Amino acid sequence: MANLKTYVVLTVLVMGLVFLGIGCTDTDSGEETAPAEEAPADEADEAVSESIDIRGSDTVLPLAQAEAEAFMAQNPDKDISVTGGGSGVGIAALLEGEIDIADASREMKDSEREAAAEKGIEPVEHVVAYDGISVIVHPDNPLDELTYEQLNQIYGGEISNWADVGGEDMDIAVISRDSTSGTYEYFKEEILGDEGEYRADKITQGSNGAIVSEVAQNPKAIGYIGVAYLADSVKAVSVDAGDGAQYPSKENIEGGVYPLARPLLMYTNGEPTGLAKEFIDFIGSEEGQEIVLEVGYFPAP
Amino acid sequence: MLNRNYREKIIEATLFSVSAITVVILLLICIFLFSDGSLLFEDYPFAGFVFGESWFPTSYPHQFGLLPLFFGSLIVTVGAIAFSVPLGIASAIYISEMASPKVADFLKPFVEILAGVPSVVYGFFGLVVLAPIAQQTFDLLTGQSAITGSIMLGIMALPTIISISEDAISSVPGALKEGSLALGATKWQTIYRVTVPAALSGISASVMLGIGRAIGETMTVMMVTGNSAVIPGFPEGILMPVRTMTATIALEMGEVAQGSNHFHALFAVGSVLFIITFLVNLTADMIKRKYRFRMD
Repeated sequence: MANLKTYVVLTVLVMGLVFLGIGCTDTDSGEETAPAEEAPADEADEAVSESIDIRGSDTVLPLAQAEAEAFMAQNPDKDISVTGGGSGVGIAALLEGEIDIADASREMKDSEREAAAEKGIEPVEHVVAYDGISVIVHPDNPLDELTYEQLNQIYGGEISNWADVGGEDMDIAVISRDSTSGTYEYFKEEILGDEGEYRADKITQGSNGAIVSEVAQNPKAIGYIGVAYLADSVKAVSVDAGDGAQYPSKENIEGGVYPLARPLLMYTNGEPTGLAKEFIDFIGSEEGQEIVLEVGYFPAP
Repeated sequence: MLNRNYREKIIEATLFSVSAITVVILLLICIFLFSDGSLLFEDYPFAGFVFGESWFPTSYPHQFGLLPLFFGSLIVTVGAIAFSVPLGIASAIYISEMASPKVADFLKPFVEILAGVPSVVYGFFGLVVLAPIAQQTFDLLTGQSAITGSIMLGIMALPTIISISEDAISSVPGALKEGSLALGATKWQTIYRVTVPAALSGISASVMLGIGRAIGETMTVMMVTGNSAVIPGFPEGILMPVRTMTATIALEMGEVAQGSNHFHALFAVGSVLFIITFLVNLTADMIKRKYRFRMD
């Protein structure tokens, strides 16, 4: 009986300690202590070896990486780390105060702006480049152009067979990005409209690269990717928004005639300072904009 | 005298409380999932979640139907079990009963290695190698379908089933086998009429654990099943893309606004997963106890 009592006492003690632990990491008090701890650490960081974290859009990712590499080559004591994950992921991280710059291939939504206001974060938008979204099909697909109307019907669920848009008689494998992607949101707004929704049986892939590899080996597939991810293994179709079919070429996108073109953005909390400001200024400089072209995007005006 | 007793008791009690921590951790995960998941039902009907047929979390109005995800997980798991149980039990029988010791010693490490391969590597292999083969063989819409997912999950569940079944079969008392052979049965007759039924509890437990592994797998199914949130028909659904509960959480967790309905819906899906895994393990335990073979 003495043993049982000891066990009970000790178990209660352990559980009490655990709940004490939970109580101490209550969200409110957590947020109060954490920024206080982080502020001195950040200053120490910036003073010693400046470093910033960038996270967000997979579309902006190759650009951010190329710019970061060039910047770090010129400033070896500075450190810029770049990660993907999707525009939604980047913006969420910026709102949590985890990163310095969020890459986005779409604008912040109203719900995100509200959340930012609640947390006291002031997102400032910087346009760093322009991107085209390219609709791709398998190289053996006979189609060369599609209209907005046809894309709406394919992605909205009304058309499910290539024969209905002038191709061969086979089912269409409709591929889309996942919902964390800015490309997903942009394509939805442009092609399906504010009220539209993707078809329920669309195939979802987590990245541009995954879409390219599926379309490259599936003759029935159609997908959309950032122009930077175009490869010889897939075929880009010309898109007609009502003014004639335009191919996603450099001239068409820079000239503003390709309909599926959108600005690539970087969001900071308030006006950027320190290394973040230097980096964004670098991207806007001539050298930075040349890198934009090299990566496959188009310079911001 | 008193000092030694005291020290013994302290050690025992400490070890007990450390093991109790596992229970506490499980309890905390449970509380964490359910508290956030149940917040969904303040704004969204429970029946709409459990019996809903569409999963459109980003459209207005939100639709959080569990059925496509649940059936997606179910069809992929059933396929995985159909693939891995016959193969696994057959391999276990071979390794424990028929292989010479050298061959058995050679095969066992490979089974362990199969268990150690990271799931993302399996996903990559499935995407790049298996999906195109599946598409060409069955003339599918896309190689990323439930059947590819089932095969990859089957391969991942295989080591679990083989190891545990092999343990169960080896631990059947030798006296039984000798008795059977002495009565004139052939080796194969002994195996399938005496040894395997005697090991049934362990084999069933291994199958249940394999099911648990298959249901909980995330990375592989996310890369390989096409993630299409529609309720799969049966049996043609096995050749179409499906979406599992685990892949949904992994794909969508990154974007959700904290505290939104979508956020809570994902927790609710996580709670459902937790309940299913819990029930699977409980069933495995009960089966093991019920069918345990006794010599007396």
